[in-house]
Amino acid sequence: MSDYILEMKEITKLYPGVKALDNVNLQVERGEIHALVGENGAGKSTLMNVLSGTIPFGEYTGDITYNGKECEFHNIHDSEELGIVIIHQELALIPELTIAENMFLGNERANKLGKINWGQTFMQAGEQMKRVGLKENPSVLIKDIGTGKQQLVEIAKALSKNVKLLILDEPTSSLNEEDSKMLLDMLLGFKEEGLTSIIITHKLNEVSYVADRITVLRDGSTIETIDNADHNIDEDRIIKGMVGRELTDRYPVREHKVSDEVVFEAKDWTVYHPVYTEKCIDKKVNFKVHKGEIVGFSGLQGAGRTELAMSLFGKSYGRNISGQEFIKGEEVKLKNERDAIAHGLAYVTEDRKTNGLVLPDSIAKNTTMAKLEKISTRGIIDFVMESKVAQEFVDAMKTKTPSVDQAVGNLSGGNQQKVLLSKWMFAEPDVLILDEPTRGIDVGAKYEIYSIMNDMVAQGKAVVMISSELPELLGMCDRIYVMNEGEVVGEFTSEEATQEKIMSAILSHKTDDLKEE
Amino acid sequence: MSANTFIKKYTMVIALVVVFIIFTVLTGGKLILPQNISNLLLQNAYVLVMACGMLLCILTGGNVDLSIGSTLCLSAALAAKLMDGGYSPLVAIFVSMSVSIVIGIWQGWLVGYVHIPPFICTLAGMFLFRGFARVVLDSRTISVMNPQFNNLFTSYIQIGGLDEKGNCKSAIIVGIVVAVGLMAWTIFSLARKKKQGYEGVSAISSIVKMAVIDVLIVIYAFKLSQYKGIPVMLIWILIVVLIFAFITSSTVFGRYFYAVGGNEKATKLSGIDPRRVYFWAYFLMSVLAGFSGLLVASRIGSVDGNMGNSYEMDAIASCFIGGASAYGGSGTVPGIMIGAILLGVINQGMSICGWPDQWQYVVKGAVLLVAVVFDVVSNHKTGKS
Repeated sequence: MSDYILEMKEITKLYPGVKALDNVNLQVERGEIHALVGENGAGKSTLMNVLSGTIPFGEYTGDITYNGKECEFHNIHDSEELGIVIIHQELALIPELTIAENMFLGNERANKLGKINWGQTFMQAGEQMKRVGLKENPSVLIKDIGTGKQQLVEIAKALSKNVKLLILDEPTSSLNEEDSKMLLDMLLGFKEEGLTSIIITHKLNEVSYVADRITVLRDGSTIETIDNADHNIDEDRIIKGMVGRELTDRYPVREHKVSDEVVFEAKDWTVYHPVYTEKCIDKKVNFKVHKGEIVGFSGLQGAGRTELAMSLFGKSYGRNISGQEFIKGEEVKLKNERDAIAHGLAYVTEDRKTNGLVLPDSIAKNTTMAKLEKISTRGIIDFVMESKVAQEFVDAMKTKTPSVDQAVGNLSGGNQQKVLLSKWMFAEPDVLILDEPTRGIDVGAKYEIYSIMNDMVAQGKAVVMISSELPELLGMCDRIYVMNEGEVVGEFTSEEATQEKIMSAILSHKTDDLKEE
Repeated sequence: MSANTFIKKYTMVIALVVVFIIFTVLTGGKLILPQNISNLLLQNAYVLVMACGMLLCILTGGNVDLSIGSTLCLSAALAAKLMDGGYSPLVAIFVSMSVSIVIGIWQGWLVGYVHIPPFICTLAGMFLFRGFARVVLDSRTISVMNPQFNNLFTSYIQIGGLDEKGNCKSAIIVGIVVAVGLMAWTIFSLARKKKQGYEGVSAISSIVKMAVIDVLIVIYAFKLSQYKGIPVMLIWILIVVLIFAFITSSTVFGRYFYAVGGNEKATKLSGIDPRRVYFWAYFLMSVLAGFSGLLVASRIGSVDGNMGNSYEMDAIASCFIGGASAYGGSGTVPGIMIGAILLGVINQGMSICGWPDQWQYVVKGAVLLVAVVFDVVSNHKTGKS
């Protein structure tokens, strides 16, 4: 029998309306590098949050056995005490503190009275940094070093906690090829020293390079665990496990009536990061949308799709934006969001709670927010009319609510999404950009959202749909663009598109350097 | 409506009634003497007026304006100084209000467009304008004696033949007319809503609510008639309060303040410029502070360099006691008026009882704390999310 350092058995985690994890099993052998792969939303991060205690014991069902003992982790401290350390994709470092301070944050080198021993802090920080090959001075501020080095600081921080099982969530997503390679080689080095790691990544070339075994998750379930002892697994083999699911009638039928009229077009659209202004987020993107068409945008998180959409929507993201934007054949220069709305553009955000809805306000108020002038005369709101139109949308969208005076914060995710769509339908746009319109909502509500989208295009509107779920793009779109690192790297019609083609278009961009080794 | 939701919805009204009764008993009925009833609002005119502006600031996200006590003092100092120098009241009012408008533009621009944190920006303003006021006054106390000026703010409406001191029939007549008018308007708008098929409004509860308000108005008018009649300052207060109640409840402009406080990012993506919203909040706040300066100068009859000290705190406290959320996005003008009057009743009640000044502060602090703790606990307002 194998020597498992970790066994997770029949882990199930429910969110309201969504089964994030469904009887997931994961077994990690001592001293191996175990890769966890799957599409966005497959449940990888949720599973790791269960393991690290971020999702505390009691909020999930199933057993965790670590080092032969059954464990109940109530918070991150519980798991860290046993040497399980997780490094999240968004680095948890404080930019204004030094490397050394960050390394011992929450774990300070201090005496009993709380007085920090700075000498010890800096000396020990230096020792850990040596292990990860970081040559900076420990008193340098985090904000002054690059992302690659910040990642190393996180690892050094984990090492300082006497880590036995290291979990890395997308450690290379923001690194260039050279830094990625260095990091992976370092993991291999730690493996020689006996450290066990779990790595979550989308980059399949990295998986075959470092992983000893690979567990594939899909839709919250474990699909398979593949052996990769020879480090030469075929990537298509992994992809098959990731996407291999049947498409039944999860999508409402639609007559595809795409006209030749181009309603929206972007030419050479280039956007730079608002803070790190030298970083190019979108590079010369060209795309167009016809009347009555649903156009999909596929790609990984961080491919620049949301940024593209927001920058086109009245420059609500980015700096040094260049390129041309055409609405109904005429070039427009949109100054701000108001201008964009006035020109018939709508951007429905991926993050409805932070960027979309005013949660304490009522359904009625949220519905009319983007075009209050429609229900007011000389700046005075007609409340009767407001309730009426809100009610019409509630009926049309089948939003489940006792009344339009209900606060949006009290609704379920799917119903919130419907209110958000109502809000933008109320603004009467010609082009709707829907960013992850079905994120975090259950299957039934998804179907209704798809139907609403079909209604939109049937009314002659054009829809741009950004989604990380491939089946949904294939099920809904007339055409699909694939983006990677700010560039359009592929375009497929609905006939020619398959999950495998899109996935390999996404991944092909990244596969190059490592193979040559 | 169940008793539970009724209590939750009208907590502060109930608290006001309870406090009022307690002090009526404690003062042996002196609190409800006509003179004290009349003075209750007049003494707190500055709180009522400035709380309206403060509500806008707080709505944008729990931000406050600390400079208004100083702005009030500067405005009053300018008016007093000019009238003392022989200028007409109109010139004095014009200059005072102009300066307040300039201060409003200045702070609105800094907070809205330069993104200076409001707390710091208005803290600086608090020192700046206090300093300017003392420069204007030259560290003296200047009395406000101009009769035209005082007529405009602190006189009483007395119609010859109809009114005499202690029996001003005009007040009762106006009170009854207003009460009847309000009830007619309530019924009219209910009928209109019903005709348009608007549901969700209980006709009975609206009418009962208005009936209670009507009774209070008539009693209040009767008390005023027993003293000196309708005070002019009451009209000024009502004008400001009604305008702001209307703006916040019924206009697109007012809706923006709630939206920005509720979720600034979502508001921006809906095509509303949050910078403009911040600008208007701080602009209107300063204008109201300047106006309050005129009211207070006239009522006290003199202006010195310490005038308006900590008035900003009274306005802020009224808003929070009156149910404005410390995180922004919720709060109503009627609510904060209740808060302001509650504070006023406590102040006046304690003064009449002869409690020492220091204990008044303790009670004020306790009331504020209890109100906000209650609000946070009962509504689980734990944060902006």
